[in-house]
Amino acid sequence: MKKSLLIFALSMVNYAYAQQKENIIFAGATIHIGNGELIENGTIHIKNGIIVAIDNEPSANATIDPTAIVVNAKGKHIYPGLIAPYSRLGLEEVEAVRATLDYREVGELNPNVRALISYNTDSKLIPTVRSNGVLTAMTVPEGGIVTGSSSLMKLAGWNWEDAVYKADVGIHLNWPTMRIYSASWAPSAEDQKSNTEKRFIELRKFFNQAKAYNEISRPLVKNLKFAAMQDLFSGKKKLFIAADYSKDIIAAVNFSKEFGITPIIVGARDAHLVLNFLKENNIAIILENAHSLPSREDDDIDLPYKKAAILYNAGIKYCMAINGSWQQRNLPFEAGTTAAYGVPREMALRSVTLSAAEILGVADNLGSLTKGKDATLLISTGDLLDMKSSSVERAWIQGSEIKLKNSQNELNEKYLKKYGIDQ
Amino acid sequence: MKKTLLYCLFILLSLRVTAQQTFPINGVAEVVPNKFALIDASIYVDAHTRLAKASLLIDGGKIVSISEKVNIPAGYVVINCINKIIYPGFIDAYTSYGLSETKNEGNSEDPIFISTKEGAYHWNEAVRSEYNAITNFSVKHSDPTIFRSQGFTVVNTLKKDGIFRGTSALVSLGSERDNLLIISPNAASALSFRKGSSKQDYPSSLMGSIALIRQSYYDAKWLKDNKGKVEFNQSLQAINDQQSKIKIFEVTDVHDIFRAQKIADEFNINYIFKGAGNEYQRIAELKKINPIIIIGLNFPKIYDVEDYFDAGNISLTELKNWELAPSNPAALAHANIKFLLSTSDLKKPSEFLNNLRKAVKYGLSEESALSALTETPAAVFGINDQVGSLKKGMRANFIICSGNIFKEESATILSTWIDGKSYAINPANENDIRGTYQVTNGNIGTKEIIIKGTLIDLVATGIKSDSTDLAIKLNYFENQISMIYDPSIDSTSIGKFRLNASFVGNQMMGSGTGSDGKPFNWTANKIKAFQEPIVANEAIQKEKELKLGPVYYPFTAYGTTSTLQAEKMLIKNATIWTNESPAVLTETDVLINKGKIVQIGKNIQALDAKVIDASGKYLTSGIIDEHSHIAITRGVNEGTQSNTAEVRIGDALDPDDINIYRQLAGGVTTAQLLHGSANPIGGQSAVIKLRWGKMAEELKFEGASPFIKFALGENVKQSNWGDRQQTRFPQTRMGVEQVYIDAFTRAKEYESEKLNYSRLSAAAKSKTISPRFDLELETMLEILYKKRFISCHSYVQSEINMLMHVADSFQFTVNTFTHILEGYKVADKMKAHGANASTFSDWWAYKFEVMDAIPYNAAILTKVGVNTAINSDDAEMARRLNQEAAKAIKYGALTETEAWKLVTLNPAKMLHIDHRVGSIKVGKDADVVLWNTNPLTIDAKPEKTIIDGVIYFDAARDLELRTQVAKEKERLIQKMLDLKKLGMPSQKAAIKEKKLYHCDDMEQEMSN
Repeated sequence: MKKSLLIFALSMVNYAYAQQKENIIFAGATIHIGNGELIENGTIHIKNGIIVAIDNEPSANATIDPTAIVVNAKGKHIYPGLIAPYSRLGLEEVEAVRATLDYREVGELNPNVRALISYNTDSKLIPTVRSNGVLTAMTVPEGGIVTGSSSLMKLAGWNWEDAVYKADVGIHLNWPTMRIYSASWAPSAEDQKSNTEKRFIELRKFFNQAKAYNEISRPLVKNLKFAAMQDLFSGKKKLFIAADYSKDIIAAVNFSKEFGITPIIVGARDAHLVLNFLKENNIAIILENAHSLPSREDDDIDLPYKKAAILYNAGIKYCMAINGSWQQRNLPFEAGTTAAYGVPREMALRSVTLSAAEILGVADNLGSLTKGKDATLLISTGDLLDMKSSSVERAWIQGSEIKLKNSQNELNEKYLKKYGIDQ
Repeated sequence: MKKTLLYCLFILLSLRVTAQQTFPINGVAEVVPNKFALIDASIYVDAHTRLAKASLLIDGGKIVSISEKVNIPAGYVVINCINKIIYPGFIDAYTSYGLSETKNEGNSEDPIFISTKEGAYHWNEAVRSEYNAITNFSVKHSDPTIFRSQGFTVVNTLKKDGIFRGTSALVSLGSERDNLLIISPNAASALSFRKGSSKQDYPSSLMGSIALIRQSYYDAKWLKDNKGKVEFNQSLQAINDQQSKIKIFEVTDVHDIFRAQKIADEFNINYIFKGAGNEYQRIAELKKINPIIIIGLNFPKIYDVEDYFDAGNISLTELKNWELAPSNPAALAHANIKFLLSTSDLKKPSEFLNNLRKAVKYGLSEESALSALTETPAAVFGINDQVGSLKKGMRANFIICSGNIFKEESATILSTWIDGKSYAINPANENDIRGTYQVTNGNIGTKEIIIKGTLIDLVATGIKSDSTDLAIKLNYFENQISMIYDPSIDSTSIGKFRLNASFVGNQMMGSGTGSDGKPFNWTANKIKAFQEPIVANEAIQKEKELKLGPVYYPFTAYGTTSTLQAEKMLIKNATIWTNESPAVLTETDVLINKGKIVQIGKNIQALDAKVIDASGKYLTSGIIDEHSHIAITRGVNEGTQSNTAEVRIGDALDPDDINIYRQLAGGVTTAQLLHGSANPIGGQSAVIKLRWGKMAEELKFEGASPFIKFALGENVKQSNWGDRQQTRFPQTRMGVEQVYIDAFTRAKEYESEKLNYSRLSAAAKSKTISPRFDLELETMLEILYKKRFISCHSYVQSEINMLMHVADSFQFTVNTFTHILEGYKVADKMKAHGANASTFSDWWAYKFEVMDAIPYNAAILTKVGVNTAINSDDAEMARRLNQEAAKAIKYGALTETEAWKLVTLNPAKMLHIDHRVGSIKVGKDADVVLWNTNPLTIDAKPEKTIIDGVIYFDAARDLELRTQVAKEKERLIQKMLDLKKLGMPSQKAAIKEKKLYHCDDMEQEMSN
């Protein structure tokens, strides 16, 4: 009793969670570890918010802890909770209603604004995302060049303080594009080029100043923007750069290298054109929107579907993402599409679990069903990456079961009742 | 030689008076006879006849005789034209010469519904039919010398502004008083699809422009039929007055010609087209309508393709157009399509002759080129008794050239003659001083002087005694040259040299001074004649040698060189989802012939059929997208008025849209292309089959019921359009209802007005105002007559309920509620009304009115008994509607069969085409898809998509096409690299963004 109290207290400190940490043995399930491996007919034991055992025997641990509840998961699938590595969740409720938008701050250079401050734990969108298996999401500010600081959030919590999984994961930068556009509204090619050059000058100036500022331990006059950049140069914070055009990707990486930073490239629509460069520089990619149109008229028609496979085959570290908020619930199916177009099925799962955790720097505790890691997992009756069979029955975040009901299920039930239709 | 030059100058300075004039003369009247005899010339009397050595006699601006006999009467100034070629003067049918420029003030930020122009004109500012070029024509507004330098003597001039552009004038390019230049004051009337400087909102789209043109023709007729009884309208009056005139319709794409031709056919008029220059892309179809086309010679420059990444941004279409655009005139000529050539698309008209020679190199015959510049335009404008050839009594309009102007780069126009008056063009050519000169006498700091450049723009360099180059500035005029340079050869001659010389034969002879101020004499002898720079020649040569690539249909990546054909095929051993009973057949064969499904069964034998092994594969009917906006060009919304029932998506189809191919690859065979949702009553939709490579009209689903888009909610009340858009009615849902009631009430009144009129006797009719034919109300009537059906963009239950009530009160049924995200809340009411539902699988939260959208919507509607579909409204999502259908299994537990029908049979039913498509049944269209696996799973991919028995998408062929695209692009890029190295001018490689439409996209048809 005392022990469990202690653990409870500890968990309060570590996880700021009021919910019950459950002690469950899932027996007989197909376990998708998240690292690319699969255990048929295995067992997982979760306790005190972490995975205490995982075994390929159907009920190996069942006898060891008689206090554990045994959940018969025969014929079912257990997955690590999916991670959406780049989203607007909690920062946006209704796309067209300005009052509900909290992701774009005024100004070009805002490293000091922090997404988690705006994060709305009670967003109606979040439960709908959760119920498809996405249990952790990064929430990211947008707008301007340096857009702000992102945080990784558990998709359940009373407020942002206890929902945050890791605060201030990284600083985000929108790379000014070097691609020249031709349209009736577009400035001349020369003007476009010189505008971009000007922005590069500003950006470089800003980074140089910030770096110098942070070399002094107690600056006389505090600069909030520069101060926010501190951990970037020490490597504690990551630098995420959104870049799509081939040249932008290269320029973004080279720019970061000037400051001793290895960036993570977000979007990376042209990643397939710069494979060797990415590989040589050991760059990880947050690949966005498998469900999108090719960016160029002549591209292979299935290029967005197979891009993940191209990166996978080239041995480049990547994870999958979707732009936006409510759209995050389709993250498993976008990963599923990459499997249909060449990524081995369990590796496609990895791209929305362990690979995401690795890229975001939280793989020690999250992203796979591994002994000692967080008990953030779910049970599905079918293939989680296939919309036809995906059906998440129950889910846990750090050992606490979360509600999978959302306003949409409720409306469904209400109206089925109205029409007298049996469920 | 020199003598001729002198005469030319003399003539230029003189003032010709041939006839009586209305204006006074300041000074003594100088009557110059202006009689000329041009002898020993090679003369093209017309495009087909050349006299090798003939003389041309001119008197008073007219041709007196043209003959191979030399018999010159007294009193003629004789001009020796030996070794010269005389062509009839060129005519440019499409210019704005002599007209002041239109100021385009751009669009107002606030909506403008009615023309702000003062006076009794058309309600729409883009209808400027009353304008006449003659009212502001003046030679002072433009420079005739540019046109004359390219051989032009007569132009048709018009204001390129607006949709109905008024009339043009045929004018002479002489330098005279304006009064003497007009050949025909009302030569032609002009039109386009672009609204130009009009600040009014309507029309904002191509289809809106087309509707405006059609309604204006109907209104003009109404005014004519009811003259004096109805309003006076100068613009419509002008349209009537111009009925018998030539009408020139300017287009911006080859497909526009077919769009305009449809209007011409409807009103039984003829248009001459001002083409876009890409006619070669659809030449066979063009030949079928056999138009007359004015084409420009604006050929794209090569692109900067040295940069691998940037080069990747140029599309195959752009690359191929660069290569093939110069062959456009030749393609028209070979197809025997009548065409005229114009300077109009050139930024610099001075490039005209160069581009003309390029067109000749690309296969245009000299004869065709000359016809297109002379007799064809003359005949089109009915002035071939005056210009276009050289015959007795005609205007003395011609050009004297140093050689074959169509072929030889070095050939130049020496003088252009207009109405018997000579305008010198390249007089310098009379004495070509270019070459290398060796200094034979005098220490002038250089041992050689090299004069090069063009005849008009001479450049000189020197070679010093130490063999280094020396920059020389020179000036040449009237056989005299002056030079200045700084040789700095030794201490005694530091400073600038100034030299003058004149030419005697091959010798330069003159005097000058160095920095010491002591004058000296010097001479230099020509030791080498000038040669055109080799680089330019080589570039041209290179370009000519390389073969041209084929035309693809459509002219884009994944197009094919020949059109795809229907095949007899036997699909064997497939798992078939029939959408009939039984729903699933295993290991069954389907025989397709002549575009239809002819047999379904086991072990079908058909020896002459192409066999497709479908073991382990799934065969379904093709996906039907009830709500799509692909394959539409220049505006999906005519959202400028609350009711635009008159506009038709079918007028603005883009058969070259790559998304047709991409969606075929997703198994889509049929789509309803809807107008957007910017207004309560949008435009008429088009149901198409995705027949990749065909023409716009061939995409249309033959015999499909006509539909129209209605829309409710936030888009139509402009909730998300910004704060300035708050004046268009309606701004609330209650206002939306009134728009409908008003429109249907007016339609009914219109109907009774027409009925009452039709019952009148002929005598009574003549005294009564006839009903105005109203395209908008005609469309509303079709709805009331149940001949046209509504697909209504809708979200929340209140408005869905409202529209059903409006429909009930006017005794019709709302065919389809599209989007219908709250349909599940009123499913029972919809079922009672008889409406269909077409929805998204799981979209929500993108605006306030979709916050109650649920992914269970399709399943609930289905379970209540409403015929339900899942649609895309999105070019990307349409590629995987199979996945979207599968979500109805996840959310709502529909069966596989029920889910599959959401994207096949159910939309077919709501589009009234289920007798043709939507299931696999003998007798239905062979619109089927062969899938690698269960089409509702994430792994599903179409292997073949077949429409009318034609395999429009084949996964294996797709791989070949990718290779073809890559190879063709690389060939063109290599060609450009070679040419650029040889000095060809280039343009930056920029990516062209192609517009993808959703419901609420507003786009302006380009103003100019």
